[in-house]
Amino acid sequence: MITAVELGLIYAIMALGVYLTFRILNFPDLTVDGSFTTGAAVASVSIVNGVNPWLATALAFFAGMIAGVITGLLHTKGKIDGLLAGILTMIALYSINLRIMGKANVPLLGEDTLISPLRQAGWLGSGPAIGVLFLVCLIFVAVIVWFLHTEVGMAMRATGDNEQMIRSFGVSTDNQKILGLALSNGLVGLSGALIAQYQGFADVGMGIGLILIGLASVIVGQAIFTQRYIWLAALAVVLGAVIYRLVIQFALMAGLEVNDMKLISAILVVVALLLPRWKGFQKMVKSFKGNKPQDAPTKEEVGSNA
Amino acid sequence: MLEISNLSRTFFPGTVNERKALRGINLNLSAAEFVTVIGSNGAGKSTMLNMVAGKLQPDVGAVRIDGKNVTKLADYQRAKYIGRVFQDPMAGTAPSMSIEENMALAYARGRFRGLGLGVGARRRKLFIDELASLELGLEHRLKTKVGLLSGGQRQALSLLMATFSQPKILLLDEHTAALDPQRAALVSRLTDEIVNRHQLTTLMVTHNMEQALALGTRLIMMHDGQIILDLDAEAKSKMTVKGLLGEFEKIKGAQLDDRTMLQ
Repeated sequence: MITAVELGLIYAIMALGVYLTFRILNFPDLTVDGSFTTGAAVASVSIVNGVNPWLATALAFFAGMIAGVITGLLHTKGKIDGLLAGILTMIALYSINLRIMGKANVPLLGEDTLISPLRQAGWLGSGPAIGVLFLVCLIFVAVIVWFLHTEVGMAMRATGDNEQMIRSFGVSTDNQKILGLALSNGLVGLSGALIAQYQGFADVGMGIGLILIGLASVIVGQAIFTQRYIWLAALAVVLGAVIYRLVIQFALMAGLEVNDMKLISAILVVVALLLPRWKGFQKMVKSFKGNKPQDAPTKEEVGSNA
Repeated sequence: MLEISNLSRTFFPGTVNERKALRGINLNLSAAEFVTVIGSNGAGKSTMLNMVAGKLQPDVGAVRIDGKNVTKLADYQRAKYIGRVFQDPMAGTAPSMSIEENMALAYARGRFRGLGLGVGARRRKLFIDELASLELGLEHRLKTKVGLLSGGQRQALSLLMATFSQPKILLLDEHTAALDPQRAALVSRLTDEIVNRHQLTTLMVTHNMEQALALGTRLIMMHDGQIILDLDAEAKSKMTVKGLLGEFEKIKGAQLDDRTMLQ
């Protein structure tokens, strides 16, 4: 159970990246399936070759950013549909990731990683590591929330909200999208690097279906928590990522196999998308929340974008 | 201040749907001039406005703002000089962001957007002062999401956002057409006040002849991609809606006759 929470907190960094594109930019970005592995591959290969794990993880962030920039350029300058642009980059990255790793799997056994101090202290799987990882997540949440309130961050939010309007105030929406995709995939790459260090290997298939985990975290989190404030929405994403892992854990404990997990992920996303629209659920939420003022109408229902 | 020279554009050239939207338009606005543009559907009003804004490119011709040729600049690059209010009250604001955040987005027009906070204490004070000038009580609702405002409130806010950073040119694209009469009158009045206060060079497209006569210092009428009537402040003050309709029929009739003769 504790392992599930730990994993959830590391995946939460990826989910925050997905939140940036999916919620803030209103852009369904599939690049993450590739850039997650790219981050893991870059970090692992660097660490195996003696690079400091901090630097290796930073390199993973930049590798992810480059992937995001490519998707952004394909979409904005190449005028390729957003979904397709993401898929193109994702598929291309599969080959690139294999090139980076040189083989399908890079083990990190016995290497010094960012996770190994936690392991040596005996904190992993026993509680204290959760605190450390949660603190890391909080720092990322704080930075993202701060960024989204800066002038450039606000321009990015407006780009996802009303493109015509923000262009009329002198913002290049193309640049904003590219920047957003870069930051998002940077976080995803970073998360991939940490997962590789946590599980002790990078694998070429580790990113497959990842977008669903990201979406599940964002949607589950926001189905449960209000989106009134950005900091609350970002925090909800982190908690969503943890909840997702716990659901998976329960599914495993109930006798399902690891191979069934993609199906569980998909079903979870569908449920999280459909449940809030069901009238009975809305009534339940209302009676639960009492007479609190209604939330602002949020962006288009998620289903129509994905 | 705004110089439009020989602006022409043909849509779908060489096809059966070919339509000459603009036929060599020339129009000069001196500083602080407020021009209202009327004309029937398809007269080319919106096409002209979109070319000034940079949404559409002309086939030939040029647009100069304060002497600078902006014809080749993209819309967001020109936005440094141009404030714009759209017909759709939803179009000019970001609905999921708060009133003060929308103001901050507008405030940063033409400036570099960096990592400074968008809404600081000093700016908030400025925004409050500006919002108070609308007399809609929005200054007390800074944290309210704009999506919760009514169409009239949103359009008034759009107008304020487009103008308070004092652009060189203000473009109004039938910005009261989608509002009920009461709200339209309010936004009309605000337009008059704001344009006068900031002495903005303004180009306003409207379908409403009364509004076109009530507002502004000059009136032009367009038809079939050409300017067919240009009234200065004095002539405009004497003109009536009936007179305008008469002029329109007269000129349109003459043009039709020409066409018929040519065929």
